[in-house]
Amino acid sequence: MKYVATFLVLFGSYLLLAGITLEEVIVGAIVSLVLSVIISNMVSYNIDAKFPLRLALFIVMYVPVFLIELIKSNVNIALRVINPSLPIHPGFVKVKTALTGDFQKLLLANSITLTPGTLSVDIDGEYLYIHTVDVTTADAKASKIGAKFERIIGVIFK
Amino acid sequence: MITIIVFGLIGLGLLFALMRLIIGPTVADRVVSLDTFNVIVIGIIVMLSFVFERSLYLDIAIIYAILAFLETIVFARYLEGHYGNH
Amino acid sequence: MEIISGVFLIIGGLFYALGGLGIFRMPDTFDRIQAGTKATTLGAFSILIGVAFMFPSWSLKLFLIALFIVLSNPIGSSALAKATYRSFGGPSNVERDDLKEFLGGTKDVD
Repeated sequence: MKYVATFLVLFGSYLLLAGITLEEVIVGAIVSLVLSVIISNMVSYNIDAKFPLRLALFIVMYVPVFLIELIKSNVNIALRVINPSLPIHPGFVKVKTALTGDFQKLLLANSITLTPGTLSVDIDGEYLYIHTVDVTTADAKASKIGAKFERIIGVIFK
Repeated sequence: MITIIVFGLIGLGLLFALMRLIIGPTVADRVVSLDTFNVIVIGIIVMLSFVFERSLYLDIAIIYAILAFLETIVFARYLEGHYGNH
Repeated sequence: MEIISGVFLIIGGLFYALGGLGIFRMPDTFDRIQAGTKATTLGAFSILIGVAFMFPSWSLKLFLIALFIVLSNPIGSSALAKATYRSFGGPSNVERDDLKEFLGGTKDVD
């Protein structure tokens, strides 16, 4: 299971980069076979059997929300930068998260970091430390930054 | 015409980042501006492949993206190890 | 097609310029990370989309570049921010600092 999944990912990325011709398919298959054996033995990780389902859920539920958030907050930061008086109130906010798995936390931290205005600096167990450009917003006051993403990620990885 | 405007805007961003790289008071500021540089350079490579109509240049952009990530991580580890211990 | 692609390219260039301006104007390192490394992410996305509209056959590779940027950029800037806090301490202009109790205390131990 683990070997097959690793092989498929490697083979897919090889073909993506090299293009599909007969020679490339043969070389790609050999290279990814060798690499999948090496990687599966040397690196410890687990393949989730429900991964395709989660990927589909991820694309349908998470990506649109994320893109809208990304554009909204980027425009917000751009307006602050253009504004001659530079209206920022920086600060660090401690946020409690209910997510448990490492990958879920990574996803949450990445989402928080990619939406400008908030930047996850450190993580300590169930607490995220977030630097934000404006501590006077309602989200930051209530220590609820990223709550929207957290809900969606929680549903995907239930 | 459009490409000239786009390259002009990218150059403007590059110029500001370069100014921060030169005056940045601490090492951290310089590394941050270098990180910005990397993303801008990826954009420039993609724009060049657009202008010359060669998809081969996109491979270079992919490799550059990977190397830029490694570079940022290495600089971050360096900062932490070098200044964090005392 | 050409018009849509042009609009995306110009938006991308605009966000690059704004990211550069942000990194130049912001008063401390953390705000510079905010303005610099992430306004440019949207700029890169926009340029990739613009190019994809002109050359639809490239879209797989362009998507791969976007994937690398979206995966690596936040990790990089988080690592950078943590390293900055550990080595130089928090900035002086913060209005709230919840991180001090956690990182500030362990600064000498490491």
